Parts: sequence; C-alpha cells; structure tokens
Amino acid sequence: MSKRPSLPVADAPVRPTVWDSPAMARRLRRRYAAERRFRLLGLAAVALSAAFLAFLLVTMVAQGIRGFTETTITLPIDLAAADLPIEPARVKGRSADLALAGAGLEDAVDTAATMRFGRDGADLLSPGAWLAVRDAIKADPAILRRTVTFTLPVASPFDVAAKGEGTPDAEQVVARLKAQGVLSTGWNWNFLTDADATDPTRVGIWGAAKGSLLTMLVTLALAFPIGVLAALYLEEYAPKNRWTDLIEVSINNLAAVPSIIFGLLGLAVFLNTFGLPRSAPLVGGLTLALMTMPVIVIAGRNAIKAVPPSIRDAALAVGASRVQVIFHHVLPLALPGILTGTIIGMARALGETAPLLMIGMRAFIAAPPRGLTDPSTVLPVQIFLWSDQVDRGFIEKTSAAIIVLLVFLLAMNGLAIYLRNRFETRW
Amino acid sequence: MSIPKITARNVSVSYGAKQAIDDISIDVDMDHVIAFIGPSGCGKSTFLRTLNRMNDTIPSARVSGDVRLDGQDIYAPEMDVVQLRARVGMVFQKPNPFPKSIYENVAYGPRIHGLANSRAELDVIVERSLTRAGLWNEVKDRLSESGTALSGGQQQRLCIARAIAVDPEVILMDEPCSALDPIATARIEELIHDLRGRYAIAIVTHNMQQAARVSQRTAFFHLGTLVEYGRTSDIFTNPKEERTKDYITGRYG
Ligand SMILES: Nc1ncnc2c1ncn2[C@@H]1O[C@H](COP(=O)(O)OP(=O)(O)OP(=O)(O)O)[C@@H](O)[C@H]1O
Ligand SMILES: [Mg+2]
Repeated sequence: MSKRPSLPVADAPVRPTVWDSPAMARRLRRRYAAERRFRLLGLAAVALSAAFLAFLLVTMVAQGIRGFTETTITLPIDLAAADLPIEPARVKGRSADLALAGAGLEDAVDTAATMRFGRDGADLLSPGAWLAVRDAIKADPAILRRTVTFTLPVASPFDVAAKGEGTPDAEQVVARLKAQGVLSTGWNWNFLTDADATDPTRVGIWGAAKGSLLTMLVTLALAFPIGVLAALYLEEYAPKNRWTDLIEVSINNLAAVPSIIFGLLGLAVFLNTFGLPRSAPLVGGLTLALMTMPVIVIAGRNAIKAVPPSIRDAALAVGASRVQVIFHHVLPLALPGILTGTIIGMARALGETAPLLMIGMRAFIAAPPRGLTDPSTVLPVQIFLWSDQVDRGFIEKTSAAIIVLLVFLLAMNGLAIYLRNRFETRW
Repeated sequence: MSIPKITARNVSVSYGAKQAIDDISIDVDMDHVIAFIGPSGCGKSTFLRTLNRMNDTIPSARVSGDVRLDGQDIYAPEMDVVQLRARVGMVFQKPNPFPKSIYENVAYGPRIHGLANSRAELDVIVERSLTRAGLWNEVKDRLSESGTALSGGQQQRLCIARAIAVDPEVILMDEPCSALDPIATARIEELIHDLRGRYAIAIVTHNMQQAARVSQRTAFFHLGTLVEYGRTSDIFTNPKEERTKDYITGRYG
C-alpha cells in the first residue's frame, strides 16, 4: 500500500444506493423510452428510404416497360406487282442494301400501305418499316415474286396512341385499325440492339450501353490499379511529414470537386492538349478515371489502415520483405474494402453526365461504337438527350433507358457484394 | 560458459525525445534460456525488438550501440534485415496467426525463403515444426482449417511453430503466455524446455514463477536500465540489488 495521506473524501459517510427508489424507477423508464424512440426513428428512416426506392422503381418500370414494346401492323405487300427493277441474284452480299434502296423499295412499301389503308396509309408506318421488308428480302430473295404479309412497326404517334397516350386524332385511327384486327403488340428487340435514331420507334439503347461499357472499362483499367498503388504507397511507404499531409488533403479535396470541373479538365487536357478524338469512350474513361481515382485512394487507405498491425508484425518476424508483407497479407485483407470503394466510385462514374457533355459525348450518334476511339455516347447522356426531345414517343424510351441504367447499376452492386463475400476473411 | 549467440553492447533506444532503454549489455546463448523481467514500461519489449530489428518498423525509434549475431553486426548496412529476421524469430504477446489455414501459417516462412524444393519437403517441414511446437497431434487432421479458429493456447503454439519453421537460430518471445490460461501456459513452458539447446531463447515475462521455471539466466530491467543480470537461481534467492529484491518479492511493479 502506498502511504498517501488519506483524503477527507474517503472518510465522508457513504449513502447506500437505493435501487428501487421512485427516482431510480423514473430514470429507468426514461432510459427505456429513449431506447424505444431511437429504434422507432431508425425504423422510420429505413422505411422511408425503402419507400422512396420502391416508388422510384415502380414508376420507372410502369413507365418504361412500354418502351420495350412496339405496336405493329400487318400489311400484305405484293412484291411481284411492285416489280422492283432488280434481279433476285443481286440481292446477295454487301451491295444488296444499296441495290434495294436504289430500286425504290421504300416507295413500294409506302404504295402498298396506301393501297391497303387509304390516303394516309403510308404515314401509319414507322420510317424504319421498309428496312424490315428489306431484311426479309435479303434473307429470302424468292419472295420478290410473291405476295407476302409483313408485320411492320407503326409510326410513333400511332404507337403512342395504341399505348393509350396519343392525340385524339391518332386514337381514332388506332381504334379503327384495331377494329380491323391488323394491330398487335410485341417486344421491341431492336431497342436492345440498335443505337440512337431520329425517330422514336427506331431508337435503340445498345449504342449508349456499349459506350458506357467501354468508358467504364477505361475508367476501371486506369483508376483501379493507380488508385490502389497510390493508397498502398501512401500507407506503407510514404514518410509521415508535411508533404504527405498536403497530398492527403489534396486527394480529399479532389474527391469533393464537382464533376463538371473534371469535364473541363478533360476538355482542356485530353482534347485540346493531347488532341485525342472528341466523343470517344477513351476520353470519357480518362476523364471519369480522374474523378474515380481519389475515391479509390481514400477507400483503399482506410481499408489498408484497418489491417491489424499484428499481422504485419507476424509476417515481418518470419522474414517477409515489405513487398511480401503488402502483397501476401495486407492487400488480400484490404481487398474487400478496396473493392467496395471501387464499386461506389464506378457506380458514381456510370451515372455521371456533366463531365461527358463537356468532352462532346452528347452528339447524335447513330451507330454503336466499334472501339475506344469511335464517337459514342453513354447511358445517362442518352437519357438526358431523349428526355429533351419533343416527340412523345421518346417519353417511354427515356424511362426504358433509365431501367437499363438501373439494371447496370444493380448488376455492378451485385458484383460488389459477391466479390466482397468471396474475399472476406473471417477472423 | 558457452559461446554467446547474440551479444548486445551499450544498446540505447529512444522514441523521439524519449529515452526508452539506456546502455544495456547482455548476451544470449544456446544453452541458457534468458528471461527479461521488470515493471511495465521499463523497456523489455523495446530491448527484445532491437535483437531482430523489429524497431525498424517504428519511424521514431533510434537505436545506438552494438548488437552482434555470431559476431556479425546486425545494424551494419550490409546486413540483410529479411534474413536476420528469419534467423532471429519472434513470438508475440497476443497470438497473431495469419487468417489462413494452419498449414499455410507454418508453410509461409519456408515458402518465401525457398527452404523446400517440393510439396513433400514442405509437408515434412510443416509436420516437424508443428510436432516441435507440441501441436501436431491436435491439428494433424485439420491442417486446412483456419489458424484463427484454434484456441488461444493452440494459436500461440501455432505461432511458435511458424517461427520454428524457418529454422531460426534464436527465438525471442515477448510475454508469450500473458493471454493464456494456466494449462496452456504450462504447455508453452514445457515447450521452451524442449526447445532449449536447439535454439537460443530469450523470453520477456511478468510472471516471476515463470521466469524461475523456464530460464537459467535472468535480467532485471528498471526504468530503461539493466539493474541486475545473472543466474536465475542467484537472482531469485540472493539478489544483489535492493531494487531487484523489492521487485521479485512483489513490493512494487
Ligand atoms: N512505439 C513507441 N513510441 C513511443 N514510445 C514507445 C513506443 N513503444 C514503447 N514506447 C515507450 O518506451 C518505453 C518502454 O516500452 P516497452 O514497450 O519496451 O516496455 P515493456 O517493458 O515492454 O513494458 P510492458 O511490460 O508493459 O510490455 C515505455 O515508456 C513506452 O511508453
Ligand atoms: Mg512489452
């Protein structure tokens, strides 16, 4: 025992604690009430966000599902009577498209529609309808000598009317056609395989989806390795001094910079200085990589910091070099955290519109990109462009594109959860 | 007197401005287990960590003095610290197995140092190390299970097996039993007995009885200085210094 002088406090009489006094009971009740209140608040917060999400999904799906369908009209065409100036033999190979267009196939289809449905018959058909006829002829040139009944997409106003949103005039026409039994509804597979077009019945999402895929690939290929290496270096090697503090602050600030600034940077550096092509997934990917990298660095550093020092000590003590400690122990243990951060950054990049507008990815591009330097657009920009169109047919296409974007996002998040569980280490 | 394996002369360590140990000189040899005792914060761990340069991982630590392994200066620029740590193994206070399988825990060291040319050789090393650590019979049927799923005592023996697997010459143990129950502690103490002679062993402990049981040499540290160093039997029955006597009779600490 130490020989401290005994304090007066020690000699003060001690009042016994009464556990069942009314004051105690009141305190207990208040504690329970606080706990209940907090639980209810939390539950309400979760319920509210779930309700928002459900509302978003339900309205989007309700609106957008129509974007995946099309209204078609059955039209018999007597191709023999049309007597196109073309021999069936020339309808093979690469020159077929040109030959058929030159032979006036489009007019022949319009004439058939006028004959069948009256004066305005040609207006019923989508501008892309004759292309379906062309493809059928290419598939089987023999039909040039027969009468064939085609199922062709109708023009946008009637498509919208058939789905119950059209103008009174169009509704009347549709009602008449329905009575004749020539209208039907089917899946619009072309929506999933085509690119942008001027007519809403002909647009497709694949061009933008492929643009997004290529852009994301470039972003991931750059931001992930560079971000992880930077995080590893900063955590494992960099000395802790004023310079690294400065770098840390800069990275945190970079993560908070509004995305449009990155777009301006991309415009100035990649397009103007390096002369890379406009509207290309390569430039989009580079720009978004600049934006995603700080997020990965921050998430990576936190994940690396969370690796217990005892594991590093253990590895060092059996004679592992620093690089071995990093790659055999630290990185595998930090990987789930790094991946989570990466996916969050990538999801943000996937939904990014503003910086891509700056580097020209808002152009009208009617063919899916074939490579990283082809002009292209991306899903969110496509949504933005379609939502700006006056034609009513674009409303449902916009919603359909949003569904595709959401499916992309859900797939990415699903992948993140799968990877995290896969690499998670249980202690 | 046997030939010393490690000779430490005039070793001082400071963390920034704070001097942790001051002018310590001690030998570690193959035939005698040496125990470091002393009150908390007196620098036992710090000194132990100078012997395999684990202090290098602490940026603020400054080491001065002379530490030799088989006569070779371990702080010389030409000394390879990775090889040094393979030759001077370490077991920590809290069991720290890798979150990998039991087999991988033991095989990791031999693998990175290329000690086995084939899977069969590696199997032999793993079995031998686990046997020496007294763990083989308990885990031989579940080598692919996670090392972190073992009990605390088993984990600590796994860490000892991991240290043995790279065939070190010296094993440093920093309070290896402080997280273990008496039965697990007794097993580790037996193990230290068995390992003596094959490896030079230095152990830090807060437990006087343990120091008396496992060691033949004892060094008493106080406030960063080495107060007394000698045969364990002498230190415990007939300490020369008043401070040593006070400490081992439990008067402070
Ligand atoms: N990383 C560090 N940075 C700064 N000071 C340290 C560091 N590690 C230890 N010290 C200081 O060095 C002194 C010796 O510490 P050390 O860990 O060697 O003591 P110890 O004898 O092992 O104590 P214990 O018995 O509690 O483990 C202590 O005063 C401690 O505060
Ligand atoms: Mg200690």
